[in-house]
Amino acid sequence: MSAVDTWVSAFHARSAQQPGATLPWLADLRRQAIYRFADEGWPTRRHPRWQHTSLAFMDQQDFAANAVAPDAAAALARLRGDDAGHWLVFVGGRFNAELSDIGALPAGVQLTSLADALDQHPEAVQAAFGSATDGDSPAALNLALATDGAWLRLPLGVALEAPVHLVFITNATDASQHLRNLIVAEANSEATIVEHYLGEGEATTLTTAATRLQVDADARITHLKLQQEAEPAIHLASINATQARGAHFASHSLSFGARLARNDIHTRFDGEGCDTLLNGLYHLDGRRHVDHHTSINHAQPRGNSREFYRGLLDGNSRGVFTGRIIVAKDAQRSDAMQRCDNLLLSRAAEADARPELEIYADDVKCAHGATVGQMDEDSLFYLQTRGLDDAHARRLLTYAFAAEALDRIALLPLRKQARAALMARLPGGELLEELL
Amino acid sequence: MLDIKNLKASVEGKDILKGLDLQVKAGEVHAIMGPNGSGKSTLSQVLAGRDTFQVDGGSVTWDGQDLLAMPIEERARAGLFLAFQYPVEIPGVSNAYFLKAAVNAVRKHRGLPEFDAMDFLTRVKAEMKAVGMKEEFLYRAVNEGFSGGEKKRNEVLQMALLEPRLAILDETDSGLDIDALKVVADGVNRLRSPERALIVITHYQRLLDYIVPDHVHVLSQGRIVRSGGRELALELEEKGYGWIGDAGEIHAAPPAAGGA
Ligand SMILES: Nc1ncnc2c1ncn2[C@@H]1O[C@H](COP(=O)(O)OP(=O)(O)O)[C@@H](O)[C@H]1O
Ligand SMILES: [Mg+2]
Repeated sequence: MSAVDTWVSAFHARSAQQPGATLPWLADLRRQAIYRFADEGWPTRRHPRWQHTSLAFMDQQDFAANAVAPDAAAALARLRGDDAGHWLVFVGGRFNAELSDIGALPAGVQLTSLADALDQHPEAVQAAFGSATDGDSPAALNLALATDGAWLRLPLGVALEAPVHLVFITNATDASQHLRNLIVAEANSEATIVEHYLGEGEATTLTTAATRLQVDADARITHLKLQQEAEPAIHLASINATQARGAHFASHSLSFGARLARNDIHTRFDGEGCDTLLNGLYHLDGRRHVDHHTSINHAQPRGNSREFYRGLLDGNSRGVFTGRIIVAKDAQRSDAMQRCDNLLLSRAAEADARPELEIYADDVKCAHGATVGQMDEDSLFYLQTRGLDDAHARRLLTYAFAAEALDRIALLPLRKQARAALMARLPGGELLEELL
Repeated sequence: MLDIKNLKASVEGKDILKGLDLQVKAGEVHAIMGPNGSGKSTLSQVLAGRDTFQVDGGSVTWDGQDLLAMPIEERARAGLFLAFQYPVEIPGVSNAYFLKAAVNAVRKHRGLPEFDAMDFLTRVKAEMKAVGMKEEFLYRAVNEGFSGGEKKRNEVLQMALLEPRLAILDETDSGLDIDALKVVADGVNRLRSPERALIVITHYQRLLDYIVPDHVHVLSQGRIVRSGGRELALELEEKGYGWIGDAGEIHAAPPAAGGA
């Protein structure tokens, strides 16, 4: 039996217990999705969107739950501090009501687990759920197997003051977790959603995650993802946004953990005058691999997109970035800017940055650039002449390189969380603590 | 304190310092003057430990130790300070963090207690006032977007905070207006003491009106071709460097004042 069949059998074994299993549309959708996955298998390098990241090894890969579960309450407490906010905690792919604290919400806001939403307003969930043909085969697997996730619906004109935090923690029973988060932001609404992925342990676990965001006219949505899975984990995720006229969407993807992480991040302008920021930062060491596959579809005129990715690559690691920008024929006066900068911290590390521009309109501003470089010798020398030893100077410059990405996170408490996550990764990060 | 003997250095196979001798004793102020490209910055960078320059011969002794064998940061901690001709911009690192990390690295080495945030701020604000820097410069990235003059003030600020025993100022006066020049000179003069020595590299005698040197040396083509007292600087001001031959040798003596 091939590993693909293993997932298909797992599907059949679980499907009756899935949330919303009795909803015919959902059962159908899940079946279509698992058939698609069984049919396509894991993507390999032959797939145009997976040229730098083959999942062929997944056929032979065994997954196991960690022997000991992370102390979810303690991890949450560290992360949360004394933040009031809205906190939804998922352990092993299922909503944990005890650890969660959804808090007070403005009238009309729906913020629940996806399982609860399927019970309470299945029609609305159906409209936002996505289809079996979305994305590539790992996305189909996610659709088929997703056990839970968050549901957020913001009514017209409502702004959530405090960020919504979604915390996903692995447990000691599940070798894999499959999460689906659906966010519907009606016109003129505003919110910040943060996804934290936490894991500990030596086992190879699998996370698949899909986040779908519908950003209606003039709504403003900021999405931040902080991926801090355990070192041996595999993390396959997608973030899909659609933006209506004048909608603003910002995505910050910080990828610090996992042996292999893939993030597909896409947004499409379905109305005029949309605005997008795609900001990303990854830090890799050892033999770890991260791939960000992004696309911004300027399907309508006068859209503005800014994309900045930065990578810190140590050891034998590899960082891959693809930035696709599509400007449709009628999307005049589009303005797109893209940069990807990588700092190599070792000779064996490797960075790939590929812009893919498809411009069909003529009145367009579009700029892109990519750099791969080593630590600046002049800066190192300058710091050392001021008494900082080589290790301290290197850490400081490494941090400084990353700081530009962190500084784009507008909300200060979130920027601090992101900094702390980075510091925890940098050797000797505690020396730099005062920077916080 | 510092004894440089027959120092030879090259970069990419090109000889720059070609047998340089210089002795600096505690309490002294030495001025090094010389035309562009004569090797002034190379000398200062070699002393600070820049490894792009290869040392091909000679020795540098610092308090009886082999300076050239010391790691860069050890030199700094032992009290050597170089004010860069071209200070480096470091985006992403706040000046406050940079200054505090530097001061504490040096204090730790000297067996002094490290400054905490409050002590440091009190100290740095006082020094910033003295060099005419606004407090906002603490919260900007190191030298990033600073004007030429602001960068030089930041160098003098670092010098004041690090309290070096030997400070080398590499054209800290270039591009400064007279007020800024006075600030720099003032910073240097406040540091002067019988235990400390200074090497002031300058292109113009102007700075030496404010920092009066004990010795003046002329560097040409990688060698010190003339040494004298303060009057040598005035002479250079008047005559320029034309009297130094192309190969660096001196044509007899500089032409007499008012002569051909
Ligand atoms: N990194 C370098 N690579 C190549 N040549 C250099 C380098 N640094 C200095 N030089 C050369 O060495 C000579 C001396 O330079 P420098 O020490 O900067 O002189 P000064 O400071 O007296 O103007 C010049 O000819 C300069 O071009
Ligand atoms: Mg110079």
